[in-house]
Amino acid sequence: MSAHTAAAHAAGHEDGHVHHHYTTTGLDNRKIAIWAFIGSECMLFASLIATYLIYKGKSLVGPFPHTEYVDAAGKVFKPILDIPVTSASTFVLLASSFAMVLALQAVQLKGVPLPAGAGWWTRAQRSSQLWLGVTAFLGATFLGFQAYEFTAFVHEGLTIKTNLFGSTFFTLTGFHGAHVTVGVLWLMSLLWVDRTRGLAGPGDELLVDITALYWHFVDVVWIVIFTLVYLIQ
Amino acid sequence: MAHDNKHAAAHAHPSGNTYLKVFVILTVITVIEVWAYYIPALVASPLFNPSLIIMSAAKFAIVVLFYMHLKFDHKLFRVLFSGPLIIAGATIVALLFLFGQFAL
Repeated sequence: MSAHTAAAHAAGHEDGHVHHHYTTTGLDNRKIAIWAFIGSECMLFASLIATYLIYKGKSLVGPFPHTEYVDAAGKVFKPILDIPVTSASTFVLLASSFAMVLALQAVQLKGVPLPAGAGWWTRAQRSSQLWLGVTAFLGATFLGFQAYEFTAFVHEGLTIKTNLFGSTFFTLTGFHGAHVTVGVLWLMSLLWVDRTRGLAGPGDELLVDITALYWHFVDVVWIVIFTLVYLIQ
Repeated sequence: MAHDNKHAAAHAHPSGNTYLKVFVILTVITVIEVWAYYIPALVASPLFNPSLIIMSAAKFAIVVLFYMHLKFDHKLFRVLFSGPLIIAGATIVALLFLFGQFAL
Protein backbone atom coordinates (compact mmCIF):
# COMPACT_ATOMS: atom_id res chain seq x y z
CA MET A 1 0.00 0.00 0.00
CA SER A 2 1.52 3.37 -1.02
CA ALA A 3 2.02 6.18 1.47
CA HIS A 4 -0.65 8.23 -0.30
CA THR A 5 -3.16 5.41 -0.18
CA ALA A 6 -2.40 4.73 3.46
CA ALA A 7 -2.85 8.41 4.28
CA ALA A 8 -6.10 8.41 2.35
CA HIS A 9 -7.29 5.52 4.43
CA ALA A 10 -6.29 7.17 7.67
CA ALA A 11 -7.76 10.56 6.80
CA GLY A 12 -10.80 9.74 4.79
CA HIS A 13 -12.14 6.30 5.45
CA GLU A 14 -13.28 6.09 8.99
CA ASP A 15 -15.91 3.63 7.78
CA GLY A 16 -13.20 1.19 6.71
CA HIS A 17 -14.13 1.21 3.00
CA VAL A 18 -11.52 0.89 0.28
CA HIS A 19 -12.33 3.35 -2.52
CA HIS A 20 -10.58 4.86 -5.52
CA HIS A 21 -10.66 8.36 -7.09
CA TYR A 22 -9.05 9.93 -4.03
CA THR A 23 -8.83 13.70 -3.82
CA THR A 24 -6.38 15.79 -1.80
CA THR A 25 -8.84 15.42 1.08
CA GLY A 26 -8.25 11.68 1.03
CA LEU A 27 -11.91 11.18 0.18
CA ASP A 28 -13.41 9.76 -3.00
CA ASN A 29 -14.47 12.59 -5.31
CA ARG A 30 -17.73 10.85 -6.24
CA LYS A 31 -18.85 10.68 -2.63
CA ILE A 32 -17.95 14.33 -2.09
CA ALA A 33 -19.93 15.14 -5.24
CA ILE A 34 -23.08 13.33 -4.10
CA TRP A 35 -23.00 15.09 -0.71
CA ALA A 36 -22.50 18.47 -2.42
CA PHE A 37 -25.39 17.61 -4.76
CA ILE A 38 -27.59 16.66 -1.79
CA GLY A 39 -26.67 19.96 -0.13
CA SER A 40 -27.80 21.86 -3.23
CA GLU A 41 -31.00 19.81 -3.32
CA CYS A 42 -31.71 20.89 0.26
CA MET A 43 -31.83 24.47 -0.96
CA LEU A 44 -34.02 23.58 -3.96
CA PHE A 45 -36.61 21.90 -1.75
CA ALA A 46 -36.32 24.69 0.84
CA SER A 47 -37.42 27.17 -1.82
CA LEU A 48 -40.36 24.96 -2.81
CA ILE A 49 -41.38 24.38 0.82
CA ALA A 50 -41.08 28.09 1.62
CA THR A 51 -43.29 28.91 -1.37
CA TYR A 52 -45.90 26.41 -0.17
CA LEU A 53 -45.84 27.83 3.37
CA ILE A 54 -46.01 31.46 2.20
CA TYR A 55 -49.18 30.78 0.19
CA LYS A 56 -50.68 28.39 2.75
CA GLY A 57 -54.23 29.48 3.63
CA LYS A 58 -54.30 32.22 0.98
CA SER A 59 -56.37 30.44 -1.66
CA LEU A 60 -59.51 32.39 -2.58
CA VAL A 61 -61.42 29.38 -3.90
CA GLY A 62 -61.44 25.70 -2.91
CA PRO A 63 -60.91 22.84 -2.66
CA PHE A 64 -58.88 23.40 0.49
CA PRO A 65 -56.48 20.93 2.12
CA HIS A 66 -58.04 20.61 5.59
CA THR A 67 -61.37 22.46 5.53
CA GLU A 68 -64.64 22.21 3.64
CA TYR A 69 -65.48 24.69 0.87
CA VAL A 70 -68.85 25.63 -0.65
CA ASP A 71 -68.70 27.46 -3.98
CA ALA A 72 -71.15 30.10 -5.29
CA ALA A 73 -73.33 27.41 -6.89
CA GLY A 74 -73.66 25.61 -3.56
CA LYS A 75 -71.35 22.74 -4.50
CA VAL A 76 -69.61 21.30 -1.43
CA PHE A 77 -65.92 20.39 -1.60
CA LYS A 78 -64.70 18.21 1.24
CA PRO A 79 -61.16 18.64 2.68
CA ILE A 80 -59.06 17.26 -0.13
CA LEU A 81 -56.08 15.66 1.61
CA ASP A 82 -56.45 11.93 2.18
CA ILE A 83 -54.35 11.33 5.30
CA PRO A 84 -54.81 7.52 5.52
CA VAL A 85 -53.60 7.03 1.93
CA THR A 86 -50.66 9.40 2.40
CA SER A 87 -49.76 7.76 5.72
CA ALA A 88 -49.59 4.42 3.90
CA SER A 89 -47.37 5.89 1.19
CA THR A 90 -45.14 7.44 3.87
CA PHE A 91 -44.76 4.05 5.51
CA VAL A 92 -43.86 2.56 2.11
CA LEU A 93 -41.12 5.15 1.57
CA LEU A 94 -39.71 4.61 5.09
CA ALA A 95 -39.68 0.86 4.42
CA SER A 96 -37.85 1.48 1.14
CA SER A 97 -35.09 3.30 3.04
CA PHE A 98 -34.76 0.30 5.35
CA ALA A 99 -34.49 -2.00 2.29
CA MET A 100 -31.87 0.34 0.79
CA VAL A 101 -29.53 0.16 3.80
CA LEU A 102 -29.83 -3.62 3.72
CA ALA A 103 -28.90 -3.59 0.01
CA LEU A 104 -25.77 -1.57 0.79
CA GLN A 105 -24.90 -3.84 3.70
CA ALA A 106 -25.36 -6.91 1.47
CA VAL A 107 -22.87 -5.55 -1.07
CA GLN A 108 -20.41 -4.62 1.69
CA LEU A 109 -20.59 -8.14 3.13
CA LYS A 110 -20.04 -9.94 -0.21
CA GLY A 111 -17.27 -12.45 0.39
CA VAL A 112 -17.62 -12.48 4.18
CA PRO A 113 -18.56 -16.01 5.23
CA LEU A 114 -21.92 -16.48 6.94
CA PRO A 115 -21.61 -17.29 10.66
CA ALA A 116 -22.27 -20.90 11.58
CA GLY A 117 -25.95 -21.61 12.18
CA ALA A 118 -27.08 -18.36 10.55
CA GLY A 119 -30.85 -17.98 10.53
CA TRP A 120 -33.08 -16.93 7.62
CA TRP A 121 -32.85 -13.23 8.55
CA THR A 122 -29.04 -13.27 8.53
CA ARG A 123 -29.05 -15.14 5.20
CA ALA A 124 -31.66 -12.81 3.70
CA GLN A 125 -29.53 -9.79 4.61
CA ARG A 126 -26.80 -11.06 2.27
CA SER A 127 -28.87 -10.77 -0.94
CA SER A 128 -28.18 -7.42 -2.60
CA GLN A 129 -30.50 -8.29 -5.50
CA LEU A 130 -33.37 -8.95 -3.10
CA TRP A 131 -33.02 -5.62 -1.29
CA LEU A 132 -32.33 -3.56 -4.40
CA GLY A 133 -35.45 -5.12 -5.93
CA VAL A 134 -37.52 -4.48 -2.80
CA THR A 135 -36.34 -0.85 -2.67
CA ALA A 136 -37.22 -0.25 -6.33
CA PHE A 137 -40.59 -1.96 -5.88
CA LEU A 138 -41.45 0.13 -2.81
CA GLY A 139 -40.35 3.29 -4.62
CA ALA A 140 -42.62 2.40 -7.55
CA THR A 141 -45.43 1.70 -5.07
CA PHE A 142 -44.96 5.18 -3.59
CA LEU A 143 -45.24 6.62 -7.11
CA GLY A 144 -48.43 4.60 -7.59
CA PHE A 145 -49.87 6.20 -4.43
CA GLN A 146 -48.89 9.63 -5.73
CA ALA A 147 -50.46 8.97 -9.15
CA TYR A 148 -53.66 7.86 -7.39
CA GLU A 149 -53.64 10.97 -5.19
CA PHE A 150 -53.06 13.37 -8.09
CA THR A 151 -55.78 11.70 -10.16
CA ALA A 152 -58.25 11.82 -7.26
CA PHE A 153 -57.50 15.51 -6.69
CA VAL A 154 -58.10 16.37 -10.33
CA HIS A 155 -61.42 14.46 -10.26
CA GLU A 156 -62.40 16.38 -7.13
CA GLY A 157 -61.70 19.70 -8.85
CA LEU A 158 -58.15 20.56 -7.76
CA THR A 159 -55.59 21.13 -10.51
CA ILE A 160 -52.35 23.10 -10.59
CA LYS A 161 -54.39 26.08 -11.90
CA THR A 162 -57.32 25.98 -9.45
CA ASN A 163 -55.87 28.01 -6.59
CA LEU A 164 -52.66 28.84 -4.73
CA PHE A 165 -52.86 25.61 -2.77
CA GLY A 166 -53.08 23.56 -5.99
CA SER A 167 -50.19 25.45 -7.62
CA THR A 168 -47.82 25.10 -4.68
CA PHE A 169 -48.92 21.58 -3.71
CA PHE A 170 -48.53 20.05 -7.18
CA THR A 171 -45.21 21.84 -7.73
CA LEU A 172 -43.71 20.69 -4.41
CA THR A 173 -44.97 17.10 -4.43
CA GLY A 174 -44.47 16.85 -8.21
CA PHE A 175 -40.78 17.77 -7.85
CA HIS A 176 -40.45 15.21 -5.10
CA GLY A 177 -42.19 12.58 -7.24
CA ALA A 178 -39.79 13.35 -10.10
CA HIS A 179 -36.88 12.70 -7.74
CA VAL A 180 -38.43 9.40 -6.65
CA THR A 181 -38.85 8.44 -10.32
CA VAL A 182 -35.16 9.12 -11.00
CA GLY A 183 -34.31 7.07 -7.91
CA VAL A 184 -36.40 4.10 -9.05
CA LEU A 185 -34.76 4.16 -12.51
CA TRP A 186 -31.34 4.39 -10.84
CA LEU A 187 -32.15 1.44 -8.57
CA MET A 188 -33.42 -0.64 -11.50
CA SER A 189 -30.23 0.03 -13.45
CA LEU A 190 -28.19 -1.00 -10.40
CA LEU A 191 -30.29 -4.15 -10.04
CA TRP A 192 -29.67 -4.93 -13.71
CA VAL A 193 -25.89 -4.57 -13.17
CA ASP A 194 -26.12 -6.80 -10.10
CA ARG A 195 -27.98 -9.48 -12.06
CA THR A 196 -25.66 -9.37 -15.08
CA ARG A 197 -22.18 -9.16 -13.54
CA GLY A 198 -22.79 -8.94 -9.81
CA LEU A 199 -22.03 -6.06 -7.46
CA ALA A 200 -18.93 -6.71 -5.38
CA GLY A 201 -15.76 -4.94 -4.37
CA PRO A 202 -14.97 -1.42 -3.19
CA GLY A 203 -15.94 0.27 -6.48
CA ASP A 204 -19.37 -1.29 -6.49
CA GLU A 205 -19.84 -0.58 -2.79
CA LEU A 206 -19.36 3.08 -3.58
CA LEU A 207 -21.90 2.92 -6.44
CA VAL A 208 -24.51 1.47 -4.10
CA ASP A 209 -23.51 3.89 -1.31
CA ILE A 210 -24.07 6.89 -3.61
CA THR A 211 -27.41 5.50 -4.78
CA ALA A 212 -28.41 4.90 -1.15
CA LEU A 213 -27.50 8.48 -0.16
CA TYR A 214 -29.71 9.85 -2.94
CA TRP A 215 -32.56 7.52 -2.00
CA HIS A 216 -32.42 8.37 1.71
CA PHE A 217 -32.37 12.07 0.84
CA VAL A 218 -35.58 11.60 -1.14
CA ASP A 219 -37.00 9.90 1.97
CA VAL A 220 -36.03 12.73 4.37
CA VAL A 221 -37.54 15.31 2.02
CA TRP A 222 -40.81 13.38 2.18
CA ILE A 223 -40.60 13.24 5.98
CA VAL A 224 -40.62 17.06 5.97
CA ILE A 225 -43.33 17.34 3.29
CA PHE A 226 -45.60 14.86 5.09
CA THR A 227 -45.53 16.94 8.26
CA LEU A 228 -45.65 20.44 6.79
CA VAL A 229 -48.14 19.80 3.99
CA TYR A 230 -50.35 16.97 5.22
CA LEU A 231 -50.42 17.06 9.02
CA ILE A 232 -50.01 20.69 10.05
CA GLN A 233 -53.34 22.45 9.53
CA MET B 1 -6.16 -8.22 3.78
CA ALA B 2 -9.31 -8.07 1.68
CA HIS B 3 -11.03 -10.25 4.22
CA ASP B 4 -9.96 -7.89 7.04
CA ASN B 5 -11.28 -4.92 5.08
CA LYS B 6 -14.61 -6.69 4.69
CA HIS B 7 -14.78 -7.21 8.41
CA ALA B 8 -13.85 -3.57 9.01
CA ALA B 9 -16.70 -2.50 6.73
CA ALA B 10 -19.10 -4.85 8.44
CA HIS B 11 -18.30 -3.50 11.91
CA ALA B 12 -17.94 0.21 11.11
CA HIS B 13 -21.61 0.62 10.12
CA PRO B 14 -24.58 -0.49 12.22
CA SER B 15 -25.81 -4.05 11.85
CA GLY B 16 -29.00 -5.16 10.10
CA ASN B 17 -30.70 -5.44 13.48
CA THR B 18 -29.83 -1.82 14.28
CA TYR B 19 -31.29 -0.77 10.92
CA LEU B 20 -34.43 -2.71 11.81
CA LYS B 21 -34.68 -0.94 15.19
CA VAL B 22 -34.28 2.42 13.44
CA PHE B 23 -37.08 1.49 11.03
CA VAL B 24 -39.35 0.53 13.95
CA ILE B 25 -38.61 3.86 15.70
CA LEU B 26 -39.37 5.79 12.49
CA THR B 27 -42.64 3.89 12.09
CA VAL B 28 -43.68 4.49 15.71
CA ILE B 29 -43.03 8.24 15.41
CA THR B 30 -45.06 8.34 12.18
CA VAL B 31 -47.94 6.47 13.85
CA ILE B 32 -47.89 8.98 16.74
CA GLU B 33 -47.96 11.89 14.26
CA VAL B 34 -50.95 10.49 12.38
CA TRP B 35 -52.74 9.52 15.62
CA ALA B 36 -52.33 13.09 16.92
CA TYR B 37 -53.83 14.43 13.67
CA TYR B 38 -57.13 12.68 14.46
CA ILE B 39 -57.46 13.99 18.05
CA PRO B 40 -59.30 17.36 17.83
CA ALA B 41 -58.19 18.42 21.32
CA LEU B 42 -54.55 17.91 20.34
CA VAL B 43 -54.98 19.69 17.00
CA ALA B 44 -56.49 22.68 18.81
CA SER B 45 -53.57 22.81 21.25
CA PRO B 46 -50.85 25.44 20.62
CA LEU B 47 -48.32 22.65 21.11
CA PHE B 48 -49.65 20.61 18.19
CA ASN B 49 -47.61 22.19 15.40
CA PRO B 50 -44.34 22.44 17.39
CA SER B 51 -44.74 18.80 18.45
CA LEU B 52 -45.19 17.67 14.85
CA ILE B 53 -42.15 19.69 13.75
CA ILE B 54 -40.03 18.19 16.54
CA MET B 55 -41.12 14.65 15.63
CA SER B 56 -40.43 15.33 11.96
CA ALA B 57 -37.00 16.75 12.79
CA ALA B 58 -36.24 13.68 14.91
CA LYS B 59 -37.13 11.37 12.01
CA PHE B 60 -35.05 13.50 9.65
CA ALA B 61 -32.04 13.33 11.98
CA ILE B 62 -32.39 9.58 12.56
CA VAL B 63 -32.42 8.82 8.82
CA VAL B 64 -29.48 11.15 8.14
CA LEU B 65 -27.37 9.87 11.04
CA PHE B 66 -28.05 6.13 10.76
CA TYR B 67 -29.26 5.35 7.23
CA MET B 68 -27.05 7.94 5.50
CA HIS B 69 -24.24 7.06 7.95
CA LEU B 70 -23.41 10.68 8.68
CA LYS B 71 -22.85 9.70 12.32
CA PHE B 72 -20.05 7.37 11.24
CA ASP B 73 -18.65 9.07 8.13
CA HIS B 74 -15.99 11.72 7.61
CA LYS B 75 -16.67 15.17 9.08
CA LEU B 76 -16.35 16.83 5.66
CA PHE B 77 -19.57 15.09 4.61
CA ARG B 78 -21.27 16.49 7.71
CA VAL B 79 -20.12 19.97 6.73
CA LEU B 80 -21.22 19.49 3.11
CA PHE B 81 -24.70 18.52 4.29
CA SER B 82 -25.28 20.61 7.39
CA GLY B 83 -23.97 23.86 5.82
CA PRO B 84 -26.54 23.96 3.00
CA LEU B 85 -29.19 22.58 5.38
CA ILE B 86 -28.67 25.54 7.73
CA ILE B 87 -28.81 27.95 4.78
CA ALA B 88 -31.99 26.22 3.56
CA GLY B 89 -33.65 26.46 6.98
CA ALA B 90 -32.62 30.09 7.36
CA THR B 91 -33.99 30.83 3.88
CA ILE B 92 -37.38 29.36 4.78
CA VAL B 93 -37.57 31.36 8.02
CA ALA B 94 -36.42 34.57 6.30
CA LEU B 95 -38.97 34.19 3.50
CA LEU B 96 -41.77 33.50 5.99
CA PHE B 97 -40.87 36.72 7.84
CA LEU B 98 -40.54 38.63 4.56
CA PHE B 99 -43.98 37.56 3.36
CA GLY B 100 -45.67 38.17 6.70
CA GLN B 101 -46.29 34.60 7.85
CA PHE B 102 -44.27 35.37 10.98
CA ALA B 103 -44.14 38.73 12.73
CA LEU B 104 -41.75 40.13 15.33
